[in-house]
Amino acid sequence: MQRQYRAVSTAFETFAAWFIAILWISPLLYAFWAAFHANEYAIHFELLAPLTLDNFREALSQAPFLRYGFNTFVLVTMLLTSQLVICTLAAYAFARYDFVGSNIAFALVLVQLMITPEILIVENYSTLAELGLVDTITGIGLPYMASAFGIFLLRQTFKSTPKELEDAARLEGCGTLGILWRVYVPLARPTYLAYGLVSISHHWNNFLWPLVVTNSVETRPLTVGLGIFGAPESGVDWSIVSAATLLSVAPLLVAFLLFQRQFIQSFMHSGIK
Amino acid sequence: MHPAYNLMRHVYGWLLLTPAAILLIAFTHYPTVATFYESLFSKGTAIRPSRFVGSANYQAMIEDPIFWKVLVNNLWFAAGTIPVSVALAITMAMLVNRSLPGRSFLRMAYFTPTILPMIAVANIWLFFYSPDIGLIDQILGWFGLPGHNWLGDPATVLPAIIVMTIWKEAGFFMIFYLAALQNLPPELEEAAKLEGASRWYYFRRVVFPLLMPTTLFVLVNAILNSFKLVDHLFVLTKGGPDNASNLLLYYIYENAFSYFDTNYAATLTVVLLTMLAIMALAQFFFLDRRIHYR
Repeated sequence: MQRQYRAVSTAFETFAAWFIAILWISPLLYAFWAAFHANEYAIHFELLAPLTLDNFREALSQAPFLRYGFNTFVLVTMLLTSQLVICTLAAYAFARYDFVGSNIAFALVLVQLMITPEILIVENYSTLAELGLVDTITGIGLPYMASAFGIFLLRQTFKSTPKELEDAARLEGCGTLGILWRVYVPLARPTYLAYGLVSISHHWNNFLWPLVVTNSVETRPLTVGLGIFGAPESGVDWSIVSAATLLSVAPLLVAFLLFQRQFIQSFMHSGIK
Repeated sequence: MHPAYNLMRHVYGWLLLTPAAILLIAFTHYPTVATFYESLFSKGTAIRPSRFVGSANYQAMIEDPIFWKVLVNNLWFAAGTIPVSVALAITMAMLVNRSLPGRSFLRMAYFTPTILPMIAVANIWLFFYSPDIGLIDQILGWFGLPGHNWLGDPATVLPAIIVMTIWKEAGFFMIFYLAALQNLPPELEEAAKLEGASRWYYFRRVVFPLLMPTTLFVLVNAILNSFKLVDHLFVLTKGGPDNASNLLLYYIYENAFSYFDTNYAATLTVVLLTMLAIMALAQFFFLDRRIHYR
């Protein structure tokens, strides 16, 4: 009796799990369907409707998505590189140098976990205007380069590195930066991977701040390009919008599908505070 | 250790911190202070330059019906998205935390919306909600039900956006529960089984209380997101109709970059900052307790 009950409930749970999963990916599958079929099939579902790439061709001819993609790529690469350098240095200071004011400084760093730069769009925009960096890719990236989250994550990792390794390296004649580079950085590789994936996904998808900063094709990232393209008043038809949407998410989506485990683990890691 | 080390560690510490400190001051601390300052000045025009007006902007804000509307919308938006997406996240995590056919596919399916930009999500859902030709109206049509302009009707626009946001966020919260569930000692379930406890009883009395720290963490993040994430409004509704779907951050954007009233935008930002500060304090006093029962 008990066993039968358990078998039924297990079967029900499996069914529920699959039901939710299918419900959850169907919007995306629908976008795929619409993007690869002529517009009339976006509305009338027909299993054997002919496939076409016209929507992608049309989307690419109506807006410079390749250029937007390039801009996003430049933005994400530049941002991650500077984040890694700046956060590593700061995290090392907090983990290993017990300097005056380090506790207050650390608390002030953590403020950015709550007050992210896009909350302060008004003031940050005028700062950027004064620096003459409006409508530049550097301008999009600059407010995010010192990342409290990155500093926090790396500090935790550096703190768990055995101090003896540092002392040994010091005896071997390594300087401060030498120790950081030869001892701490290599041992923190999993943290760098986790942080890198979270940072790339976040900035690939970021919209509000880039929208405010950019106003030309040469600087606009994919999200902003897509936001302008898909606006209802632009009157483009549905299949083309789907194709453009897929073009914009494809690089990240493909990376996610290939490295699912690493992505999910990185996001998990990012929540452990 | 070297005698000079004691002094040098202060110098090195601050030198290493300098690049981060400059950027954080420039784009987090300074603008926070400047926002408060700007909120005390009037909007400058070509004829009349900006001048100190004290609390006049706050007075205007309290009398601004749209301000109250976006604030209430924001609370409804949070109240609508958070409980459902957290409940779904726990359900998803419980469902895929045991071995079952296609487990990694299921996890991927739940998590995929997280990896998409909100702007793309809005593009996809825009079509679902569009009147008559949209997917939802077509499905209703099969059952002989009339279509509806989901995003054009003040009564349904916020619920429509809430449903979409739940879809986007539930899978993200799921992974934190998944991580927490994997850390639960397996003996607990064995013990519950031996005692003849039902699965529901085991979940309610053992698992759910142990997941409490994760729930608090997720709640804080969910509340923050409900204030920070307004990207979808740009594609779906532009805050309309008649501000029925407008949220605080979007209203700030409108004031600053559509109406060019940066001083009023700063005043509204002060409200947003105050809410975030309350969240930060709540997190400090409640969330950090979790360390004690580890």
